[in-house]
Amino acid sequence: MDIFKNRRFIILGIFASFFVVFALHLFYIQIIDDSYEALANQNVIRNVTVYPNRGLIYDRNGMLIVENDATYEIFVIPKQVKDIDTALFCQLLAIEPQYFIDQMTKAKNYSRYVPSSFLKNLSVEQYASFQEHLYMFPGFYGDIRLVRKYPQHSAAHVLGYTGEISQKKLDAQSYYKSGDYIGISGLEATYEPFLRGHKGSKLILVDKFNREQGSFKDGIYDTAAISGHNLTVTLDIELQVYAEQLMQNKRGCVVAIEPSTGEILVMVSAPSYDPNLLTGRQRGNNYVMLQKDTLKPLFNRAISGGSYPPGSTFKSIMALMGLQEGTLQPYDVYPCFGGFRLGSHTVGCHDHAQLTDLSSAIQHSCNAYFCYVFKNIIDQSKFATSDEALAKWDSYLYSFGLGNKLGVDIPGENSGHVPTPKYYNNIYQKGHWKSSTIISLAIGQGELGITPLQMANMTCAIANRGYYFTPHFVKFIENDTTNFVKHYSGKNKTKVEQRYFDEVVEGLYQTVQAGTGRIAQIEGYEVCGKTGTVENPHGKDHSAFITFAPKVNPRIVVLAFVENSGFGATYAAPIASLVMEKYLNDTIAANRLFLEKRMIETDLIHPKVISSNEAP
Amino acid sequence: MRRRSLWADMDWLSVLLYALLVSVGWISIYAADFDGLRTGMFDLSTSHGKQILWVTVALVLAILIVIIDNKFYTTFAYLIYGLVMVMLVMIFFIGSEVKGNKSWFVLGGFSIQPSEFAKFATALAVAKYLSSQGANMKYWSTRFIVGAIILLPMMLILYQGDAGSALVFLSFVLVLYREGLSSWVLVGGGLFVALSLLSLAIDEKLYLVVGIVLATAVIIYLLRKHIRIAMLVGAIAVSSIGYIYAVSYFFGKLKPHQKDRIEVVLGKLEDKKGAGYNLDQSKIAIGSGGFSGKGFLNGTQTKGNFVPEQTTDFIFCTVGEEHGFIGTMIVLGLFMALLARIVYISERQRSKFTRLYGYGVASILFFHIIINIGMTIGLVPVIGIPLPFLSYGGSSILSFTILLFILLKLDSDRLAVLR
Ligand SMILES: [Zn+2]
Repeated sequence: MDIFKNRRFIILGIFASFFVVFALHLFYIQIIDDSYEALANQNVIRNVTVYPNRGLIYDRNGMLIVENDATYEIFVIPKQVKDIDTALFCQLLAIEPQYFIDQMTKAKNYSRYVPSSFLKNLSVEQYASFQEHLYMFPGFYGDIRLVRKYPQHSAAHVLGYTGEISQKKLDAQSYYKSGDYIGISGLEATYEPFLRGHKGSKLILVDKFNREQGSFKDGIYDTAAISGHNLTVTLDIELQVYAEQLMQNKRGCVVAIEPSTGEILVMVSAPSYDPNLLTGRQRGNNYVMLQKDTLKPLFNRAISGGSYPPGSTFKSIMALMGLQEGTLQPYDVYPCFGGFRLGSHTVGCHDHAQLTDLSSAIQHSCNAYFCYVFKNIIDQSKFATSDEALAKWDSYLYSFGLGNKLGVDIPGENSGHVPTPKYYNNIYQKGHWKSSTIISLAIGQGELGITPLQMANMTCAIANRGYYFTPHFVKFIENDTTNFVKHYSGKNKTKVEQRYFDEVVEGLYQTVQAGTGRIAQIEGYEVCGKTGTVENPHGKDHSAFITFAPKVNPRIVVLAFVENSGFGATYAAPIASLVMEKYLNDTIAANRLFLEKRMIETDLIHPKVISSNEAP
Repeated sequence: MRRRSLWADMDWLSVLLYALLVSVGWISIYAADFDGLRTGMFDLSTSHGKQILWVTVALVLAILIVIIDNKFYTTFAYLIYGLVMVMLVMIFFIGSEVKGNKSWFVLGGFSIQPSEFAKFATALAVAKYLSSQGANMKYWSTRFIVGAIILLPMMLILYQGDAGSALVFLSFVLVLYREGLSSWVLVGGGLFVALSLLSLAIDEKLYLVVGIVLATAVIIYLLRKHIRIAMLVGAIAVSSIGYIYAVSYFFGKLKPHQKDRIEVVLGKLEDKKGAGYNLDQSKIAIGSGGFSGKGFLNGTQTKGNFVPEQTTDFIFCTVGEEHGFIGTMIVLGLFMALLARIVYISERQRSKFTRLYGYGVASILFFHIIINIGMTIGLVPVIGIPLPFLSYGGSSILSFTILLFILLKLDSDRLAVLR
């Protein structure tokens, strides 16, 4: 009767076929295709890098000189940004609408799904007000970042600075990610592996508004950040600040070293800058400003300025070589008639008292005397050629740490220049030069190039009577299992034996007692020193002064080098000796306070001030 | 006349399936709603708390339906239909707008959607009419009247802006088919859907038209001995081409977000944050469930509120994410079992009215299940209709309970009377 009764099977068939299709589709998306799980995780799990505390840096007296400051960084995941009030957003973050557009474009070009840095170095206060409105800006979130802070505002060249890793470095390794901070110069760069610590990571569940919902699976995949090693350096920050003060408005440098260890107490390169300029939000602008400055404040003259001939300070080395070679005796006297003449070569000398021995020659810095010393070394009959003689001479200089990088633990060191036989062969052709051709080397002029640090180190070798320790800044690295510091504990011996040094040291002592360095005398100490004037073909000569004290078991070596300041005793000697006095006595004697005041106030950079100061 | 206990002839298997589905629904609502703070089962500030209340009301209603004499439904079928139609009209004057659709009455803290009740009312009216003396699907008059009974609520609901609920009434085609509607209608319906999708999916209509013309030419050549059928095929081809242009014309008139939704399903639009967002996120939630799911209350997508409407239209996501393939198969299995059982029940009736009503119930449930689950797994455009028995919502749970229990009541009396 019901002719359509069989249609129930067709209807059931329609039902069943849909269910089968659905079941197959579910089987595919739930079991076969893994991509949904990945998409789901991408939705809800945010992989957050936990940045470690960068190691702190203390000076030799335990004073904190580099610390960390909390700032915030805003990140954006472009895919999730939707319907936000751009005007309010820009207002809260104090940015221009154009900046917003630029950063969004940049982020989208990088990836629509992976977070990009949107804004850096937001202060804690600024971030707090932004955070209150964060729920209105899906796709954005903030994260804490630590930046460097330099409470002493000092030692910029030594400490260096940190900044975002460059693309080149990024490509060469796998630890750092784009936008990570890395030590770029100074101690920050050298000790990066110790200071940086180890990044951690954590997985955080978020909802679609990017609000944190807690850690993923109770943090079983999270790794903690490991703080960097704290560093104690050899700097005496108070002395550093004092030396910087003395060097203000001047070009040049001051280096102080503890000769018994090679520990660098002070390294000033003037003009300097406040290291805090290269942290924080204005870093980029400040960097450009410093880079454009014609006085080159970013340049560390103490280790990078390799083109200075050492001048008269070099005469001590000449004397030591002569003594070691046996071509010079402490009682030798050479004639000086206002200079030295050999063939067509002439080296002039200045008026000075009659010389009585080697010490007096050093004391009075007689040019002629050291030309003879030099000539006698080079022209020894044991040398078949000038090449051989100069090679021997060079080997002495190398043993005093000249001509090669010393290996100080901050980057950018210049090796200086010690002319080799090959060097002169290129200029004069082989066999066409002799001692007279290169006589200006005798008094530290000519083709010699020496960095201020090398000059200070050379003085350490003299103060120690025959050896030096590689100058360095690292004193102690916290929890360092590799004992990195021991690299700097080896003695470097000079090719001059200890017994020859006393005559030279006596000459340096007499220089301060009764010679050109009298201004460097310090009550109660036997101070040794040597002035030097470096001829400058481009303007006023540079002045240099090396000094150490006490004469026996010296505690400190100081070098001061002041560009375009004329004679060594005028600025370099007072500055070096004030630094020394401050170190030895912690205070400046009352009768030398005027000297301190004059040095601080002297301005050799801004022409107007110079004329008013130097007017009689 | 036999007089047995009210409950003895209840189809308890259907009741069991119903109870299981409602339980799965409530557990899923609890999980989707779970925020770790308000965990009380009866907390009326939560969706799962309110759902308990609605289920309780639904059970009371179910008992009432069973207690009431079954003559009530046959006698008052038209009256119930009429009352609901009046409500649908009244809504234009005193209704409230919820989520862009003006299809709600708000009473106290609760809102009721009359379109939900139009479903069982229409099922009753269709059954009543087609079981009446003289009604036969082979007559045009019958076809016309039954068409009108179905189209009236459909148009009213469509006019309220609730296209999803309006489309549900298309499911009555299955009831009519069972009662003798020509197979051509089903085939035509299939062709209609296929052409609609093709004309939206293919931008260059000319290719489609050329394809149809070539195919038709080949068929007509093959059928050249049967002139009448060949002409019919030709006519179908011509009207298909006309239809294609009509579809693209109306598609052009759609609102942008409606267009987007359709285009996403057709794979033409891949904006993961735009229209495809709902779809994409629900597919991710279900797909990430894997074989056995992430575990009860451990769904990350539902916890993160990535899936919208996750207690109502997208409740199936929670099942898929937290209970995986096992969970989705159990739900699909329960639904298939219930549908098969309803067809079985319908076919064992001596009463044509009950049989017709039973097919109405099966068709409505089927349509809801296919559209809702199809939407969550990305096989069907996002059309906001609830998943029967599982989705949160008073109107939904009440109307589906009424729909099913009227059938169970009628069935329980199958041996007592013959109508
Ligand atoms: Zn002289």
